[in-house]
Amino acid sequence: MGAKTALYQEHVNLGAKIVDFAGWDMPLHYGSQVEEHYKVRGEAGMFDVSHMTFVDLKGERAREFLRYLLANNVDRLTTYGRALYTCMLNEQGGVVDDLIVYYFDETYFRLVVNAGTHDKDMAWIKRHAAPFGVTVEELTEVALLAVQGPEARSKVHDLLSETQREKVEALAPFNAVESEGFFISRTGYTGEDGYEVMIPEDQAVNFWRRLHKIGVHPVGLGARDTLRLEAGMDLYSAEMDEETSPLEAGLKWTVAWEPQDRNFIGREALEPQYNATPTRKLVGLILDDRGVLRGHQRVIVDGEAVGEVTSGSFSPTLGKAIAFARVPYDVSGRVLVEMRGKQLPARVVKPPFVRHGKACFE
Amino acid sequence: MSNAPSHLKYAKSHEWVETVGEGTYRVGISDHAQDLLGDMVFIELPEVGQTISAQDECAVVESVKAASDVYSPLSGEVVEINEALVDGPDLVNRDPYGDGWLFTVKATDPGELDELIAADEYIKLSADDDH
Repeated sequence: MGAKTALYQEHVNLGAKIVDFAGWDMPLHYGSQVEEHYKVRGEAGMFDVSHMTFVDLKGERAREFLRYLLANNVDRLTTYGRALYTCMLNEQGGVVDDLIVYYFDETYFRLVVNAGTHDKDMAWIKRHAAPFGVTVEELTEVALLAVQGPEARSKVHDLLSETQREKVEALAPFNAVESEGFFISRTGYTGEDGYEVMIPEDQAVNFWRRLHKIGVHPVGLGARDTLRLEAGMDLYSAEMDEETSPLEAGLKWTVAWEPQDRNFIGREALEPQYNATPTRKLVGLILDDRGVLRGHQRVIVDGEAVGEVTSGSFSPTLGKAIAFARVPYDVSGRVLVEMRGKQLPARVVKPPFVRHGKACFE
Repeated sequence: MSNAPSHLKYAKSHEWVETVGEGTYRVGISDHAQDLLGDMVFIELPEVGQTISAQDECAVVESVKAASDVYSPLSGEVVEINEALVDGPDLVNRDPYGDGWLFTVKATDPGELDELIAADEYIKLSADDDH
């Protein structure tokens, strides 16, 4: 028996297959994860992601603290509600977690971090916040619903009050706004447009049901994974972890090297790697044969195992298997992937695989 | 609770067998098995004319979650395969005992049927699986 979100009973009533995810009882799918995937690509789907960790940071030195804690630079955040994707590194340059940070004002920021890393993240953040006098407060009585897909925004607009709708319709991607108790962010993990809506826990069931009633389909963690994989988005603990540098996880763009005098945790360890040619890189793979790429399969070049699949699955949009793999920096063209005693050829491509419902890899 | 029709016989490895004619039997995987595996994406079938032995791997069902071998419940010759699964692997999910059948075998040793179990026993077995 794991922890349960406010929507747990709702999932059970909808016939969800419940699985353990980082200590939470979460819906894997409600019948068919492939169908759910198509709904998000073609219409609108909703995910209960209330298991994630929400952390409010307050204090006079909040910005200064985050300039030190995060590899991306929060100085990019200067307007209310603006969001930034970033890694939080350890002193060795490995990834403690990846997260989204929101700016409200100079004394108030919000982080959304992974559920699977909750305990170590909270300890890490608190330990480093203390010297800056920044308070760390976890939000526990809230639910987070991700509503994603080409019809997602208009569906959400239909359920908002006049005041909320005006503010939300004006949101640019990667911006958020708080209105009448709802914190609505134009973000997601699917490669589609949409919102992540944070609401008080006691309103979650009602909001979920109203969305369902107007045709937003419940979607489980199974489709969440295939959607993010198609969208070329990393998953913590698969593509990166405490032993992996963000530079070898396709995340160089999230490490803000300038200004040179910004000292952030992990900078010193990354410095020699930053301007050098990396030894390894993260690539996309496409399998044209029948079969499914899966995590930890070996990647073979010239008869030698040189790397491994970090995440792989069947892409419902492309009708074939896709994956991320970590390989030596000079690998390109074609590789072989070992699965079930066979070696099948795979094409090396640059993710993402799918954007806004269409194939987009080169 | 998965369903298991009582007119079929079952292998502990989650295949079902249906008598379709004189010495010929249709084989598929159970509702419980398809439910555990989730959405099917590729089905690899034996070839017509192929000789198979009981308990040998003779097909692969690959879902979003995992690839799983299918073991032949009976020895004999494959006389028909379900071609519709090539483009419609989800038939196994939607209708595991009907349109989602895998292949038909002409058995050389119908005595092997006695090794298979009845529906109620199979349901008990698969319920234990869920824990």
